[in-house]
Parts: sequence; C-alpha cells; structure tokens
Amino acid sequence: MEDILTIQKVTKTYQAKNGELEAIRDVSFSVKKGEFISIIGPSGCGKSTLLSIIAGLEEKTAGDIWIEEEPIQGISEKIGYMLQKDSLLEWRTIYDNVLFGLEIRGKKNKKSKAYVDTLLKKYHLYEFKDKLPSQLSGGMRQRVALIRTLAVKPKILLLDEAFSALDYQTRLMVTKDVYDILKNENMTTLMVTHDISEAISMADKVVVLSNRPTTVKKIYDIDFEMEKRDPLNCRKSHKFSQYFDCLWKELDVHG
Amino acid sequence: MDKKAISKDRMIYLRKQKINKIAILTVQILIVIGFIALWEILANLGIIDSFIASQPSRIVKTFMNLSENDLLTHVGITCFETIIGFGLGALLGVLIAIILWWSNFLSKVADPFLVVLNSLPKIALGPVIIIWVGAGMGAIIVMALAISLIVTVLEILNGFLNTDKELLKMAKTFNANKMQVLTKIVIPANISTFINSLKVNIGLSLVGVISGEFLVSKAGLGYLIVYGGQVFQLDLVMTSVIILSIVAAIMYQGVVILGKIVQK
Repeated sequence: MEDILTIQKVTKTYQAKNGELEAIRDVSFSVKKGEFISIIGPSGCGKSTLLSIIAGLEEKTAGDIWIEEEPIQGISEKIGYMLQKDSLLEWRTIYDNVLFGLEIRGKKNKKSKAYVDTLLKKYHLYEFKDKLPSQLSGGMRQRVALIRTLAVKPKILLLDEAFSALDYQTRLMVTKDVYDILKNENMTTLMVTHDISEAISMADKVVVLSNRPTTVKKIYDIDFEMEKRDPLNCRKSHKFSQYFDCLWKELDVHG
Repeated sequence: MDKKAISKDRMIYLRKQKINKIAILTVQILIVIGFIALWEILANLGIIDSFIASQPSRIVKTFMNLSENDLLTHVGITCFETIIGFGLGALLGVLIAIILWWSNFLSKVADPFLVVLNSLPKIALGPVIIIWVGAGMGAIIVMALAISLIVTVLEILNGFLNTDKELLKMAKTFNANKMQVLTKIVIPANISTFINSLKVNIGLSLVGVISGEFLVSKAGLGYLIVYGGQVFQLDLVMTSVIILSIVAAIMYQGVVILGKIVQK
C-alpha cells in the first residue's frame, strides 16, 4: 500500500517576548491508507499543535505536508477534524447537525443527503435524527459528531483527544464504536491522546513524541495478531501490557 | 403495602406544597386589599389628606371618566412611543453589535466611547435632544433610544464575543467563512442573550419615554403626571402611575411570551 499522508520535516517556531521558541522540530512520518495512528507524548509537548498544523488551523514555520501526493496549504477539504467536545449545535436537530459541514461547504444536495442517511442508518442513529442533541447520551453525541465529520468525506480523520471529555465507561464503549465505524469506512486516522492504553487499543502504529522541541522519538508497530481486532478485547492480551510498559518508559515521565 | 405508604407520604408532601402556594398568593392579595382599604378608610376619616394623597375611590372615579381626561389617548401615545423606541433600540443595537463583532478594529476603537456613553445619565441630554429634534414625539423617541441603545449594544456584543470557542473552532475546521459563523453559530447561540436584553430594554424604553414626556410636556402618561402634579390633581397623577405600571407589566410579559415562542 502506498502512503496517503506524508509529513516531512514540519517545524513550528513561536515568536515569544524573549526570543524564538521552537515548539516542533523536523517532525516526519508517513501514514498508509486505512491505518490508525496514535500520537502520544509527554504533556505540554506539541502534539495538539502538530494536529492543528495538519488540519490547517495553525501555520507551520517550515516543512511539507502531502496528501495523496499533493501538498496541502491551510484548511483542506481532505481533512476531517474532531475535537474533544462534540460541539453539536443545541438548536439544531441531529439530522441538521450532521448536515452542518456539508452546508458550510455548499454541498448540501440530494446525493450528499442520501449518503448522510446511509451513515445514520448504518450506525443506528437514524431513528434519532429529529431529536435535539440534549436528548442524547454523551456517547451518542460523540458518534453524531463523528458522522458530521465523515459526511464531508475526508481522506484523513484527525482526532484531538476526542474521547477525553467522556467518563471512563462511556469512553471505552465509544472507542469501540468509533473504531468499528472507522475500520468499516477504511478511514485513515490520526489520533492525539494522553492516554497510553487508549493509544494502544486502537492503533496500528504509535508515534511517540519527545519533549519540546518536539521530535519523533520512536514509532511502534502495534500488532495483536488477532482475527478481528477490537479495542476492548485487545486490552486483555498479554501483548497489551508489554506495549504499555515500553511506551511508558519511552514517555520518560519521571525524567 | 410498602408502596402505598410511600405514595401516601408523597400525597401529604404534594398537599403541603399546594397549601404553601395558596398561602403565599392569599397573603399577597390580602396585602393589596389591606393597603387599599386602609388608604380609603384613613382618607375618609380625614387622617390623611386626600387632596395631596388622593384616595382609591377617587382614582376609580377618574378611571371611569376615561374620556373626560382623554386618558386613553395619552395611554396610546405613551405605548406607541415606547414600542417605536424599543423596536428601534433593539434593531439598531443588534446591527451595531454585529458591526463591532465583525470588525475587531472598530470594536477596539469604539470601546472607550461606549464605556463613557454607558455611564453617562442619558436624561442629561434631554434639553439638547429637544433643541435638536424639536419638542415633540421625535424627541421622546430619541430619548428612549438614547437610554436603551448603548446597553443593548454592550450586552449583545458581550454575548457575541462569549460564544463557545469550541463551536467556533468546529466551524473553522469545516472552513466556514465569517458570514457563515455569524448566521449559523453566533446569532443562533445568542437568542437567549437577545431575549434577556429585550427584557431590560422594555423597562429602559419606558424610562426614556416618560422622562421625555416630562420634558416635552405635550401628551402621554408622563405629561399627565407632570400636569396633574402642577395643578394639584393628585387623582390624575395616581391614576396615571397605576396605568403606567399595568402598561409596563403587559409589555414585559409580551417580551417573555415572545422569548418562549422563539426558544420553543
């Protein structure tokens, strides 16, 4: 398989009062189609900044980002971005919330609506389409937010601590739901998280970042050798704790 | 058995709640009736002078002779001026708030002026307004506008600027332009801010209209109150004040109902 996303020597420097502050230095890695990449790093390292740069919400100082062999600049239609909060619009129905992205991009037509219908039906939200967000549980709201992002058919999905606002139980269930949906749609995903076990449970690869200035410290391949991978049952595998120990040491929390 | 016991307790609790509510309402009504009765009796006994304090029965009489004092016309004029002032205040207020939200530069430039204008007692501008606009309905409406506009602008702009940052970021990830952010996020997210500012505004517009009528002294409830005071017709003053409070309550309720309709 070929690389769908290539990040090449991305660097970010901030202008601060006492000179320049180098936040990210020469970060490079590439992602294959359908892969799930988790990005972890010590708190305060630039992992969310890196994601914002890929999303085009922040400018990079140097380096290139390529999607399907095309360099991207600024906010790209090829990228879907999901934030920590579901950010559903409380005054819109579930259906109108899901249509929001299409509406903004001026692509609200019969074809896209039909696609939204399929997504809603496939992921058991169709019967709630006329409800308001306040009538749904936290996990369901997050699923609606995911479908809103998928509705615009991005090539790459970015998840920025997308589950950390949920309570632990809901979070485990939502990771499974989201994982199934993403694998089903063969979506290429980059997830930033501070939770090592969440990172392992979903990822094909884990990218470990260093302290500021952020560089790529190591990339781990995660493979549970399972027939059907599931973020819940892979936690029971003995390999899971091995991965966890490795990554914990890499993060160098006490150092 | 157990279930029945609980439901019995629940019934007692509900009954207590209901009795409490009725008691509060009864006491409130009794206070009003007692106050009116005391006022009437004391005036009849000559303990208070009904010439300067008026008297409920005389107020009722004035009220009954609506046509004699052209009371209805005056009420109508005050209502009209208030609604126009209120409507203009809300409309211009929202418009200016949108412009200031749109342009960071303009809003920074306007900031100190808004602060000064907000703390200035607008009634002080009364004589100037009358000279510039002329002693008529125009001056009164401008007065109402002067009092309500700045508060509306500040409150709505504040609401706009405090729109949930996460929602704005979400819209940005879809590459929404400023107009889309305004119409699809900022305005719908601030409906309750808007309704709250209307509630404050209706009161402020009435203050503006009444003080305008005091100064212009041609028509309206404010004029009647000033006129009644000058000719020592306290019955007229009291009647006007009571009608004014009824008008204010109705208008406020109107805004409350509007808010409920808009917010579903």
